[in-house]
Amino acid sequence: MDVKTKLKGVAAAALTCLALGATLGATVVSAQEPNDPFRGPALETLDGKWVAYLPISAGFDLAQAWGGVVKTEAERYGMKFTIQDPNWSTDAMAQGMTSLIAEGPDVIVTQNPDTQSLARLLMQANKKGIVVVQMNMQGAVQTDAFVGPDYIALGRQIAGMMVDRCGAGTDTSHKVSIVQGVLTGGVSYFQVQGIMEVLGEHPEIEIVSSQAADWDASKARAITETVLQQHPDLCGVIDVWDGQGIGTGAAIKQAGLSDKVYMVTSGGGAQSACDLLKDGTFSAVVNYDAPGMGRDAWSAIMIALQNGQGGGAIKTMLYSPTFVMTKDDVKDGTCWDAGQYAAMLR
Amino acid sequence: MFGNSKKFGQEQIVFAITVAMFILFSLFLDNFLAADNIFALLRSVAVLGILGLGMLIVVLGRGIDLSLVANMAISVAWTLQLVGTGTPLGWAIAIGLGFALVMSLVSGLLIAYAEIPPLFATLAMGTFVYGFGRAHLITGTDVVYLPAEFGWASHIGQGRLYGVPVPVILAIAFAAVVYLFLKYTKPGQQIYAVGDNMAAARITGIPVRPILVLQYAIGGIVAFAAGLITATAVQSMNTRIVNSNMIYDVILIVVLGGVSLSGGRGNVRNVIVGTLLIGVLVNGMTIMDIQYTLQNVIKSLILLAAIVADSFINPRDEQTGQQGDI
Repeated sequence: MDVKTKLKGVAAAALTCLALGATLGATVVSAQEPNDPFRGPALETLDGKWVAYLPISAGFDLAQAWGGVVKTEAERYGMKFTIQDPNWSTDAMAQGMTSLIAEGPDVIVTQNPDTQSLARLLMQANKKGIVVVQMNMQGAVQTDAFVGPDYIALGRQIAGMMVDRCGAGTDTSHKVSIVQGVLTGGVSYFQVQGIMEVLGEHPEIEIVSSQAADWDASKARAITETVLQQHPDLCGVIDVWDGQGIGTGAAIKQAGLSDKVYMVTSGGGAQSACDLLKDGTFSAVVNYDAPGMGRDAWSAIMIALQNGQGGGAIKTMLYSPTFVMTKDDVKDGTCWDAGQYAAMLR
Repeated sequence: MFGNSKKFGQEQIVFAITVAMFILFSLFLDNFLAADNIFALLRSVAVLGILGLGMLIVVLGRGIDLSLVANMAISVAWTLQLVGTGTPLGWAIAIGLGFALVMSLVSGLLIAYAEIPPLFATLAMGTFVYGFGRAHLITGTDVVYLPAEFGWASHIGQGRLYGVPVPVILAIAFAAVVYLFLKYTKPGQQIYAVGDNMAAARITGIPVRPILVLQYAIGGIVAFAAGLITATAVQSMNTRIVNSNMIYDVILIVVLGGVSLSGGRGNVRNVIVGTLLIGVLVNGMTIMDIQYTLQNVIKSLILLAAIVADSFINPRDEQTGQQGDI
């Protein structure tokens, strides 16, 4: 091999190396870029924006979990988070909503007290370009997002569980009682609709009572005590909310019928639900995981702000996943501590 | 001329309606007459009746206590929360009772010494108690659950003695104590005197202002006791009941039985009759599976009927007219 060919080979090798190096260098350069091209614009749409939170009350477990999660995330991205507590007064809530619309936050996260009261105001907010996220209680208008379980499906699921326990082919009285909440409240209205759809297909099931307890545990207790008195062979009770169901469960427990009467209810999975499953007040709870709903609400906010089309441009129903819990599922940490989320909101 | 001397007053009318409905329900509703249903009926109005007794004492002295339900909810919710966070049961109960007592004493002092009309003083105090309680005492959720550490005290609302629910026994005991207090003690008699004619009572040497304070203080104690029964019966205290129309139900059973809101007229029997009417009515309607909203309509119609019947049978004359009903 002469020197010339040797040199040629070396040059070729060097060239290959250079080329390789160049390619490698290029990739290294792009990796060293401080930001990815998408992060900056995304953060920009969030930074400095104002999220106003207006639930029907800030004093109960669900609203505390939703608000706690949204507040934590909003503040992480440099957003302003404010909260108003109308304390179960529909009037105060409508006033709060009216003044919010005038002040013009970027996002309103709210929860309808019933299907109608806020409908017009929510539409107005959307028209002004404010992003509106409705939690749990669906109103008569659709806005950027509804976050909550599909209550009709939830009702069907609970009714299905009841049919398994008390329907045809079971050695029971087939007698079922339903404890509703506020008749016009979305949670109660749609859930009962779902329940009736399924129970309607099962003529063997006798609904011995279907009354509203107004979200009040004492009323639920009095109703259920009387129903049990009239029908000591009652097979099951459905209560549309665990916060009210504690009264229903207490009536069953104190009548000494916890083993015989199947008590199923639904809620956001706060610690109280786990405790009541453990001590036998509830037989089963369909859990719609309130902190998870808080995360869904936050996702809805991010999507609405980043799509840059303004409030009300894209409307989505974000149905929350649900799961059934019984005594056997309750372990330490299965449920969440409402006090912890309440502290976040303070 | 006075209510007491009427042969057939509102109390008798309401009692007659109660008996009529009781017979009607017994005939047409299965199991209505069963002992357990009667207990359930009594138990469902026991707390209302106890609150009614507290209200009776205040109303007899020509007052009204609109802070009763707020006081009950917050003081008991605080007790539950204290027990839940590790305070010994006895201490927690003492603190809750102390809170209820102090708040009602403030109401009494405002009314007796600052001479603020009871309607405004207790309305403001009720709002204060609820607002202060929710902002500084009950810091978590507005429903406080009964902690497992509540031990023996949970029998107050849940237990039975010789087959009779404890709340019913307590309500009867309260009624007896209030009856004896009003009839046989000096302060009890003085409450009637103050309510009937405050100026005359003062001239005869009755310590009018301390008696007024005493009425509200008793109201506070009664509110705490009623709250403990409610909380232990439903294993939780829902402070939201402050927003409900419970306080009107309390006034309703007091007025329905024939206690005069203008003071000085009425006794424990009136409250018992009013309580029984509501108890029989609600229990019967629940058995008939009548919707809650319709129940309210029926309840108010019967109340109106009782008042109309009273004004027909006992037309207002010049003297009763001047008493100035609220």
